[in-house]
Amino acid sequence: MTTVTPPQTRSARPRLRDRLVKLAEAAATPLVPADYLDLVDPLRSGAALRARIVAVQPETRDAATLVLQPGRGWAGHVPGQYVRLGVDVDGVRQWRTYSLTSPADRADGLIAITVKAIPDGVVSNHLVRAATAGTVLQLDQAAGDFVLPTPRPAKALFVTAGSGITPVMGMLRSALHELDDVVLVHSAPTADDVVFAAELRALAADGRIRLVEKHTDVDGMLGTAELDALVPDLAEREAWACGPTGMLDLLEGHWESRGLAGRLHTERFRPLVVAAGEGGTVTFSRTGAEVEADGATPLLQAGEEAGVLMPSGCRMGICFGCVLPLRSGAVRDLRNGDLTTAAEGDGVLVQTCVSAAAGPCDLDV
Amino acid sequence: MTAIQNKPVDPTAHLSDEDVEALGRELDAIRDSVLADRGARDAAYIRKVIDVQRKLELASRGVLLLSLFPPAWVAGTVGLSISKILENMEIGHNVMHGQWDWMRDPKVHSTTWEWDNASPADMWKHSHNELHHTYTNVLGRDNDLGYGIMRVDEDQRWMPFYLAQPLWNLLNACVFEYGIAAYDLEIGKHLKAKKRGTADVAAFQAQLRNVLQKVKKQATRDYLVHPLLSGPSALPTLGANVTANLVRNLWTHSVIMCGHFPEGVETFTKTSIEGETRGQWYLRQMLGAANISGGEALHLMTGNLSFQVEHHLFPDLPSNRYKEIAPQVQDVFARYGLTYVTGSMPKQLASAWGKVVRLSLPNGFLSRRTAKAVPVALVQRVRPARAEERAAA
Repeated sequence: MTTVTPPQTRSARPRLRDRLVKLAEAAATPLVPADYLDLVDPLRSGAALRARIVAVQPETRDAATLVLQPGRGWAGHVPGQYVRLGVDVDGVRQWRTYSLTSPADRADGLIAITVKAIPDGVVSNHLVRAATAGTVLQLDQAAGDFVLPTPRPAKALFVTAGSGITPVMGMLRSALHELDDVVLVHSAPTADDVVFAAELRALAADGRIRLVEKHTDVDGMLGTAELDALVPDLAEREAWACGPTGMLDLLEGHWESRGLAGRLHTERFRPLVVAAGEGGTVTFSRTGAEVEADGATPLLQAGEEAGVLMPSGCRMGICFGCVLPLRSGAVRDLRNGDLTTAAEGDGVLVQTCVSAAAGPCDLDV
Repeated sequence: MTAIQNKPVDPTAHLSDEDVEALGRELDAIRDSVLADRGARDAAYIRKVIDVQRKLELASRGVLLLSLFPPAWVAGTVGLSISKILENMEIGHNVMHGQWDWMRDPKVHSTTWEWDNASPADMWKHSHNELHHTYTNVLGRDNDLGYGIMRVDEDQRWMPFYLAQPLWNLLNACVFEYGIAAYDLEIGKHLKAKKRGTADVAAFQAQLRNVLQKVKKQATRDYLVHPLLSGPSALPTLGANVTANLVRNLWTHSVIMCGHFPEGVETFTKTSIEGETRGQWYLRQMLGAANISGGEALHLMTGNLSFQVEHHLFPDLPSNRYKEIAPQVQDVFARYGLTYVTGSMPKQLASAWGKVVRLSLPNGFLSRRTAKAVPVALVQRVRPARAEERAAA
């Protein structure tokens, strides 16, 4: 006769665990056990996702790479993706998104982002100039579809400018060995401003990529005719572009006019503001706050200024970290002028970082 | 005290309307200077306090697992008492005031914080932030003036019930967390509304359920879970939790008494705040609170309510800033000829208790009589008062 393990023993273990969790909760109330565990290990498994800065490495005079130890809950990333980071700058929690520049499969499990300090950039300047190893940051899982497809394209073209190189660097570090033919056209004000300059030039010297550096202070901005001349087989290449809005608009127009629209993938770092809302009274019903906001002020900003605890992320409409239910009223999408309305109880999800009031509106926060 | 509007000499009579508005602008400037400078240093302060408090609580509860051993009982009880006081005063009270909302940390925010106290955060925020801080020391509007069970101002009508108020006050101090919860429920107001048939019974019952749920959770933690975890030390641990809650109750009650009840603190009539300007609001806050003088440890353990004046002027500024702006605030008091009420804790506490005892009797009762005549006179006074109450009912 064979002994059959009674099913109770299998289910008894989770039940015991549930009981222990309940006991821990009863012992910790009004806090939760996690509040005490965070004192010891903020990166433990099961904790809210965080990362500890392991090192800050200068890249150029205004860019630095932050090497991060992510919490145990980190699910990994695909090169080209970005993360949301919550950074306390002068005591205030600020969320921003940054492209990952580390290869996807580092043996030590560390990840890296590379930040370029932009003028008046609260977070970027802090990270480049003031961040120190040991600091714990808030982290979110990687996201974004600016990634290489599988199978890899036979011929690839990357057109980048400034910090637009960051997602592409992540791709090259991870997948260059799977790419046979890579052209990288990168613009920066001067040769010294090229982020990852040494690494890129070494790859070019080894013949692994063809690198075209455009130093815009001397050479001027990259034009489309110039690009066609630099890359004669452009139409045969799958292309990825990342950089300032002006450049991306130009490239999208160019690819479209050549009938290649589907072959260009872009990643934007700034929202494209085309239309203002009408403005109106914004009610944050859970918090009980009410503010008058004009039609150009994103709801996110209006809420933050009113002291409301607003979720936020990239602040440019791509990461969906700021989405909140619109209980009622109307908001206008600042990027395309689209109007979203909600009747009482609808709870339509809106991106607060790129939406402004278009009349009275009520957010569920 | 008597409401300043009913006093023979109003202590603000020397100030013109322009003076009051100028004073308001000066206080606004102090506030703005703190806001402009608020940042990493302040955030580091509150995070440190929270960190220390939680570690102290963990350590104390850990030590109490061995509380059968008397030195462990003493150390654990002292630690737990201090931890509970820090949690309620410097952390809970101030976080729920929104003093740290600007950090945008969902873990340290007035809308998400829950404290180690019987009264649920939402209810407390309403009765404390909205009612007490708006109507500070306005007779008939600010229920903190005696919590509805005591007479702490000459202008509150005397009733025989108040004869025992020194006893009520002492009992309330011992169970203060439940006193606050009952007070935040506004039971008196509900009963009155019920009599008139205007009570929202469902809303009251929902709130009552919230309170009872919170009380149950709190009591389960302190009086059941932690004692049971202590095994053979269960009873001493139970005793330690009872003691720590009692110490916390007595301490917080004392601090609150020192904030508004000492002699020299002014009260205001109900109609005096109609159409109140920003300057007049500031003036009322200046005169309606009293400070406690002392060292760093006292300020920390009172949650900086030892700077009650500064707290009432700027309830949402970070508490670590009160002592820094106190000299500027005192300077405003001096230049506008106003009295900044402050004193050591024993002095302020004695003053507040003196008032509770004095006002348990009708106004001027002792000054007109010899000690021997007091009992007879009281009986004579109680009878007509009772008749009056019955007639009113």
